[in-house]
Amino acid sequence: MATTAKKKGFGSVIWEYMTTVDHKKIAILYLIAGGFFFVLGGIEAMLIRIQLAVPNNDFLSGGLFNEVITMHGTTMIFLAAMPLLFAFMNATVPLQIGARDVAFPFLNSLGVWLFILGGIFINLSWFLGGAPDAGWTSYASLSIDSPGHGIDFYAVGLQITGAGTLISGINFVTTIINMRAPGMTYMRMPLMTWTTLVASVLIVFAFPPLTIGLFLLIFDRMFGSSFFLVETGGNTIIWEHLFWIFGHPEVYILILPAFGIFSEVFSTFSRKRLFGYSAMVFSTVLIGFFGFMVWAHHMFTVGLGPTANAIFALATMAIAVPTGVKIFNWILTIWGGSIEFTTPMLYGLAFIPTFVMGGVTGVMQGAAPADYQYHDSYFIVAHFHYVIVGGVVFGLLAGLHYYWPLMFSTMLSEKLGKITFVLFVAGFHITFLIQHFLGLWGMPRRVFTYLDGQGYNTANMISTIGAVMMAIAVVVLVINIIITVAKNKQVGRDPWGDGRSLEWSLPLPVPYYNFAQIPLVRGMDAFWIEKEANDGKMMPAESLDDFHMPNNSILPFIMSLGLFIAGFGALYFASGKEWAISAVSDMPQHPWALWLLIIGLAITAGAMITRSLKDDLGYYVTKEEVLRDLEEEERGAK
Amino acid sequence: MKNRWMSAKWIGLIVFLAAFASGCGKNHLSTLRPAGEVGQEQFYLMVFSIAIMLLVVVSVIILFSFAVLKSRRSKLGEDYKPKDVAGNHVYEVIWTSIPILLIIILAVPTVYLVFKQGDVRGMENEDGGINTEETIVNVTANQYWWEFEYPNEEVVTSQELVVPTDRRVYFNLKGGDVKHSFWVPAAGGKLDTNVDGINSFYLVFDDDSAEESNRLFYGKCAELCGPSHALMDFKVKALPEEEYDQWLADMKAVEEPAQASTDDAAEGQEIFNNSCIGCHAVTPQGAGAVGPNLANFGDRDLIAGFLEHNEENLVDWIKDPESFKPGNKMTDQYDLSDEEIDKVASYLMELKVEEGSGDVESLREKPEEDSEEGGN
Repeated sequence: MATTAKKKGFGSVIWEYMTTVDHKKIAILYLIAGGFFFVLGGIEAMLIRIQLAVPNNDFLSGGLFNEVITMHGTTMIFLAAMPLLFAFMNATVPLQIGARDVAFPFLNSLGVWLFILGGIFINLSWFLGGAPDAGWTSYASLSIDSPGHGIDFYAVGLQITGAGTLISGINFVTTIINMRAPGMTYMRMPLMTWTTLVASVLIVFAFPPLTIGLFLLIFDRMFGSSFFLVETGGNTIIWEHLFWIFGHPEVYILILPAFGIFSEVFSTFSRKRLFGYSAMVFSTVLIGFFGFMVWAHHMFTVGLGPTANAIFALATMAIAVPTGVKIFNWILTIWGGSIEFTTPMLYGLAFIPTFVMGGVTGVMQGAAPADYQYHDSYFIVAHFHYVIVGGVVFGLLAGLHYYWPLMFSTMLSEKLGKITFVLFVAGFHITFLIQHFLGLWGMPRRVFTYLDGQGYNTANMISTIGAVMMAIAVVVLVINIIITVAKNKQVGRDPWGDGRSLEWSLPLPVPYYNFAQIPLVRGMDAFWIEKEANDGKMMPAESLDDFHMPNNSILPFIMSLGLFIAGFGALYFASGKEWAISAVSDMPQHPWALWLLIIGLAITAGAMITRSLKDDLGYYVTKEEVLRDLEEEERGAK
Repeated sequence: MKNRWMSAKWIGLIVFLAAFASGCGKNHLSTLRPAGEVGQEQFYLMVFSIAIMLLVVVSVIILFSFAVLKSRRSKLGEDYKPKDVAGNHVYEVIWTSIPILLIIILAVPTVYLVFKQGDVRGMENEDGGINTEETIVNVTANQYWWEFEYPNEEVVTSQELVVPTDRRVYFNLKGGDVKHSFWVPAAGGKLDTNVDGINSFYLVFDDDSAEESNRLFYGKCAELCGPSHALMDFKVKALPEEEYDQWLADMKAVEEPAQASTDDAAEGQEIFNNSCIGCHAVTPQGAGAVGPNLANFGDRDLIAGFLEHNEENLVDWIKDPESFKPGNKMTDQYDLSDEEIDKVASYLMELKVEEGSGDVESLREKPEEDSEEGGN
């Protein structure tokens, strides 16, 4: 496809990506948009660290600082980490299970466009009267109190991206259950596929509470309900429960796919099958299950009472057991293997001690009375950056280098990759290790400044220096990507030389239909088995014949655009209306907002009606075309 | 030679101890230098959990380092073919059961302390009313200041909490506008001040620790509550019981506002009574006011919870509170000239409570009368 894309003009490439339903191109869309938001969130992180470098700094004001921390958290979780994981899920999972596409290609496209436009929606708040400022958790009493439309941008924008995430989650569950190639039993699925399955199930169960919470918040702020208004009988603790019933599984939604990436990386670059595969699968499921039973450990200081605190403390500690099982299985995977220190493997090796450190502070916080001290201090900031950066972001960087050839059929520079690795990992520990101590010394989190003479100065300066190193590391990474794209040096099948699972059995670039013939899977590490037994040729499970593929469609983009426009309508419709809370009713009225709302919803409804009434039967890829591709590939191989 | 080595050793030891001491933070605001029973218990639990976790981290890192070092391809050669191992049941049972064991060991003190520290039955007497024998403080957190009410003694103050040492101090916490969190790191963990209802817990301040910290501990707001969240600090003055009683009695003795002594201050008082008294009380009564109670303002250690206590800072603060605490509720509530502000400031600096003016005996009697009245 890359060769045909080259012949096309720039406009038609854009059109191709806007209409694509191909999971490989959607993966690239997720990667570009998620990467953009990652850099944006990184810039916000740098602003935070500059502000906190010295005491009594006035680089950012208190109000602006709160906007920056809110957007840093929201952007990194919803708009960077999750989409980047979706990028790798999309790029690998259909190939790993031997499918030609996901179960619902149209929904896949809808998911990515909802995410992108929702993300843009939230970030436009910077230019339209101020960003949300109540923290990424947006606790109700403060978010109700927050003036202007910032919180509304947060609530409506997350509703749009959240719908996209939910759709993608449903899509992956269906794909993995229904579209596995013959022989690809559940207990032969690569860990990346397993973790995607469990994370997707978590999405399906965890996002609805968030959706409900956000709707209640929107109703309260804009339509005069009082779910969270205490003076009229509401209760703010309900928001905290709804948020964390979503929020805690969200952590596992992020970390499980990262575990998947690491499992693949460890196995590949140790030239050894994963140790204790069934224990790994079982612990993944168990972590997902426990993930729903511990949300109140974010609320130990809310005053739920000793019984609730004790129960949630025990449940929280219990999660350490399956996580520990994983760590030991990874170590035993490496043990006795033949380790090649590629960039993805380096991230994997850095991940183990880092994540263990983040994990044990997690158990320490499970001890509720001690958590009364840790809670909402810098200790917590250190802890969750150890698990989310040390776990998820290391996983994303490993995945970026590891799957880059699969996605773009070129290789990122190993040399620059290793420079990024050293700077990023060293910078990370310098930034966050010291923050544990800051918390224990009594520094609360989310403070825009601190006074001199409390003993916080040196530690904060060290932390900022580390953050600068991480920023330089990301700059090197971006340079690496630009150089690689500019050089465009193509690689062929199994570029790492040690590929084990099905995705590496495909020629690069991967044909748009993935598999000329659906392969027969004869065991775990399907490609490895065939490399040992059959010279790396997958056995086909079907005869060479015509097969069906879905058509491209612009409708997902139009549907998302309609919701994007309607979002503005909903948001400005409430301005100046007497029923809204005072923060919103004090603003000038916008009569056009109603029309925006109607037009937006009409666009979405129109697109949905079109989709329903107009039959789109897709098309057939002919046997001749596939044969031509196969011959061409063989010539290329010679 | 030997002497020099000895002295070097001592210097080394001193440097090490200094580094260690600084590693524990300041004694008036660090969780690692607990100042009372609650903080001490939490500190022990922290140390205990850290010890267990260090065991885990060290053994994982040793195992991991061996795995990496012995399995390098550069050492084993390109042709080395690792043996595929599917798994090992014995190992898996070991690394499942040891963590379970460690967690059970950690769970025991955790659950014990959760229930011990959550026990605030001492606040109530047998009839379910307020126990007048105990020290009880009602805390109301507002954007960005703290009100402290002593219900048994009917005294209200703000920003500077005064507590007795060596006995339990019970707190009733609530948020006045949005959610805050009440945290005195040296004395113990935090508890949220919800807007939905009252949370109760207790802290203890040891007299020895109080003395080491010049009787002042730092308190902080630990829940994001708006632009000036970072500046929502307060001070805790921990006094021996007699001094504490005397302070309460002195506060209680103030029945009408202190009279200004100079002309400037007298004019300031008049201006204050016209422009400020709507929000700020100058007698230690009236819980739930719009602004902080200023009855003993002249005695306090900080202005607005975080500025050094002098008249210059006070004038600057009144002139433009927004530049110090963005988002505060005082900005634009009054229209005073610079000259008027100077006078108000000199009046406020005079708001001191005379030491020893109160009668401790009556302080102890009063609450009983109250409860009788309440009974009638």
